[in-house]
Amino acid sequence: MAFSGTERRRAEEIVARYPQSRSATLPLLFLVQDRDGWVTPQGIEDVADFLGLTPAVVLGTCSFYTMFKLSPVGKLVVSVCTNVSCLVNGGPQLHEHLRREYARSDDVFIEEVECLAACDRAPALQINYDFHGPLTGEQAVDLIERHRSGELTARTISGTATGGEV
Amino acid sequence: MSTDAVRMSQWPSEQPYVIPVAPGPDVATVTIDGKEVQVPRGELLIKVAQDHGTYIPRFCWHERMKPVGMCRMCLVEVEGMRGLQISCATPVTDGMVVHTQSPGVKAAQDGVLEFLLVNHPLDCPVCDRGGECPLQDQTLAFGPGESRFVEEKRHFEKPIPISETVLLDRERCIQCGRCTRFASEIAGDALIHFGGRGSGTEVMTYPDEPFSSYFAGNTVQICPVGALTASPYRFRARPWDLDSVETSCQQCAVGCRGALESTSNRLVRLLGVDLDPVNQGWLCDRGRYAYEWVHSDARVVTPRLAREGGLAEATWPQALDAAAEALRRARDEHGPDAIGVLGGARGTNEDAYAWARLAKGVLRTDNVDAQLDDGLPAEVVLGLPRASIDDLDRAAAIVIVGSDPKETLPVLYLRIRAAAEAGVPVVDVSTHDNGCTPFAACSLRHRPGEVATPVAALAEVLGGRTTGSDADRLAALVADRDGPVVVVLGRPSLAEPATAAVHAAALLAAVPAVRFLPALHRGNVHGALDLGLAPGLLPGRVTLDAGRAHVGAVWGGVPAARGLDARGILAAAADGRIRTLVLLGCDPLTDFPDRPLVERALAAVGTVVVVGAFADAAGGHADVVLPTTVWGEQDGSGTNLEGRVQRLARKVTPGGAAMEAWRIAGELAARLGVDFDLELTAEVQDEIARVAPAFAGVDAAVLRRARDGVVLPLVDHADEIAWGPAPLGAGVSWEPIPAGADAEPVPADAEAAATPTGPPAPPVALWEWRGPAEPAPTVPVDAYALRVVAARTLYGADRAVLESPSLAAFAPRDAVLLVSRTDRDRIGVADGDRVRVTSARATVELPVVADARIPQGVAFLPANRAGAGIGDLVDPDAAVTDLRVETLR
Ligand code: SF4
Ligand code: SF4
Ligand code: FES
Ligand code: FES
Repeated sequence: MAFSGTERRRAEEIVARYPQSRSATLPLLFLVQDRDGWVTPQGIEDVADFLGLTPAVVLGTCSFYTMFKLSPVGKLVVSVCTNVSCLVNGGPQLHEHLRREYARSDDVFIEEVECLAACDRAPALQINYDFHGPLTGEQAVDLIERHRSGELTARTISGTATGGEV
Repeated sequence: MSTDAVRMSQWPSEQPYVIPVAPGPDVATVTIDGKEVQVPRGELLIKVAQDHGTYIPRFCWHERMKPVGMCRMCLVEVEGMRGLQISCATPVTDGMVVHTQSPGVKAAQDGVLEFLLVNHPLDCPVCDRGGECPLQDQTLAFGPGESRFVEEKRHFEKPIPISETVLLDRERCIQCGRCTRFASEIAGDALIHFGGRGSGTEVMTYPDEPFSSYFAGNTVQICPVGALTASPYRFRARPWDLDSVETSCQQCAVGCRGALESTSNRLVRLLGVDLDPVNQGWLCDRGRYAYEWVHSDARVVTPRLAREGGLAEATWPQALDAAAEALRRARDEHGPDAIGVLGGARGTNEDAYAWARLAKGVLRTDNVDAQLDDGLPAEVVLGLPRASIDDLDRAAAIVIVGSDPKETLPVLYLRIRAAAEAGVPVVDVSTHDNGCTPFAACSLRHRPGEVATPVAALAEVLGGRTTGSDADRLAALVADRDGPVVVVLGRPSLAEPATAAVHAAALLAAVPAVRFLPALHRGNVHGALDLGLAPGLLPGRVTLDAGRAHVGAVWGGVPAARGLDARGILAAAADGRIRTLVLLGCDPLTDFPDRPLVERALAAVGTVVVVGAFADAAGGHADVVLPTTVWGEQDGSGTNLEGRVQRLARKVTPGGAAMEAWRIAGELAARLGVDFDLELTAEVQDEIARVAPAFAGVDAAVLRRARDGVVLPLVDHADEIAWGPAPLGAGVSWEPIPAGADAEPVPADAEAAATPTGPPAPPVALWEWRGPAEPAPTVPVDAYALRVVAARTLYGADRAVLESPSLAAFAPRDAVLLVSRTDRDRIGVADGDRVRVTSARATVELPVVADARIPQGVAFLPANRAGAGIGDLVDPDAAVTDLRVETLR
């Protein structure tokens, strides 16, 4: 398949920023993650192809970073902190609550993460990398639902701004 | 066990390998554990310590790869620097004071090992590495005595295959990155990489894209734990039961050095040995695993004679008498020209010499050829100025003409790749994209049969007579670069005569800076040609006429005139002019491109004498079979493509009654009334040194003592010889094993013993060839046809591969036609569909597959495949072979 059209131009722009083309691996992975909704095998192969790397190198690099999703995650990635400050302020309970709530959801993905550097707002979470907190379980569900319904606009699952309010 | 005891076994400190360094601006004085040494400034600390007898433990650092500092095992204390330093990434500076065993260092080593062992399973008893494991050894020497880790260790499914021959036990991996770095840095096949992070980090391939590298086996050798194991060796032996000798691989003409290991008289492993001028520790997988064929059940190990109903076992005297009688009758009744000898490129130098003497000196036939019409004329190979492999690193440019070293000379390909990475421009002249194309600075493409066209332009540029923009680009590549231009010269295609390649050679030979590495692939083909197994030549790179007096004086005479080459011999045999044909360790039915001619010849010859390891070498036509010992079963020497003569060693006792081919030649000579008076391998070597001009001075004593072998002719290379055994202890498989474990120490009066009066010059001037050469005819292109390129691939239906189960399991066997996507679509078929292929000679059916490397109008046919293929389609007299391809519908 490989990149074509605007996607190709965008990829070329990204590569042009670096003295060595392989440095563009991560930004290009974000590009395909936004394109496909997750980093698909096709996305890996496109990036490898475009940069002249093997898919093994691209996949290996990609799998180091938790912001790349190697399986479908839907439209909203909710990252709930359970590290020390959040731990003592109910982070694990918040995580558990959301996990149950969205267990069967295809478009909301709940994940547990280490300190988000938002300890002052513990228990904190991110929705597509925007900070929220402190939140109770109900407040969090409400917030997620407002994103789901389109009332609030989030970034993409790669954290790319979409142009609307942040 | 004390630290010192382990150090001793790995690094005998009484006899450190000291590289003398004279003081100067590039020299640093460093104090290591109180000992002051002079070392090259900027060299890595771990390396200078090692060179001066101090072993700093390490896992990730490997002498032949760039340092990464991943394992932290090599920490040392450097006075004046804060904290501990990793010695594998610390360059030495003048006045540095280093402590490798201070309490701080010991505590750090303890800690590093404790962390490594957190996740490492304690399954040494069922691990191939157990007993030769760096993690075991270093834990014992430098680690904590006990573990404080009581938690559950991580578990993975074990082992998982990551290639056809490599298995990965992820639990055992210590993430040193040696394997992944080898794959990308050395082999250029970055098919394995680390995936995940933290304690979840694992070596992985891309799903469905296995680590199918020709060099994958090297990762198993350098892995410092048992995480990577090789399926051919897995669970076959324990290291302490292995017995090992140093020898050279003979699967191709690179002659990589290796440690050949056996247990209970069975070969079980070949490890790469670090011969600096040749393989630098690496092997290709064909070489690594092809020892298996030595134990093939298909081998013949007792003499056979044709009787009614087939071959029957015979005694040696019966078989030798029959063979001698057939040779005598042919000579006496029809003249020496009624005898032909084919092959010899798979034996030792001693075999080649004795057979040259028997054929040319005793029988006086010059119908002798070690090449099977699949190489280049011997006069050209021997007469061109020769490059050494090391010249690649200091070359102004490397030009690859008519060969794909990755397929035929794999470790030479690694050396070329390394030179290219270091900045030497590579020019790849070929009909299609090949192994060297990805790193070539410039690729010149030509139509099949027309290699001389781009080469003529290139020779103009190299000779300084440039014109045009392409030429300017080329000229810019080599401008300001000193050094030789190394031309790797092969036969571009087996679907065309050697004419165009010879013409190309002549054009390049006219350029003063050009030196050649002939890309003939068969193991000891250079030894065979150097020792006279080619028409018109005598042992030692001299022609019949030039060597007549010198060689004739020992032999009692040489043939009157130049004889026939392999094709001539087979054609004469088919016409009934050859009465007795000897097949010397060759398989003409698979090795000779024109198989129908071989079949006619074998059917027509009166007596076929097979001297080799397989009775069916002559199809059903063998009359006498004289079984020979093979590589691994016999001592001797071999010559690689740069003309380096190296020791070959016997590791296992041959089964049955097999005998060295040189001894068989002596037995036959005796029956024909000539006593060779050769009883020992060393005696043959001494006679070669006396008789063969290019081998002047290269006698048994020199061969035994020269650590890295000797490059011919000795006079030109005497100062490159390293005498005596390797100063470092050998046998640590994961470190580069230093070459020369088998070299004999030089006696006290070394100088006198080794070279009494300096290296002797050849008594006869060696043959030189610079042309002239006929240009090959240009055949107009037929727009509806595909022009064939036929060449070997590393794995195929070759004897050594088919008889080595581990390789045979995945080697492709059947011919396919590779074409460009455009041509495949034009034919109108899908990949793998069979099509009808018609040449001027025959029509066959073959599957067709599109391949991005093949340009339009060209069809690539792998030459070493069973079944229909080049043997049927190619007319060896035609300048090129064009194919019409039709669908079967
Ligand atoms: S598999 Fe072996 S060589 Fe590769 S990273 Fe792990 S320990 Fe190192
Ligand atoms: S490159 Fe040739 S000599 Fe070296 S290991 Fe491979 S087959 Fe053997
Ligand atoms: S501990 Fe949760 S944001 Fe820092
Ligand atoms: S050997 Fe120095 S960090 Fe591994």
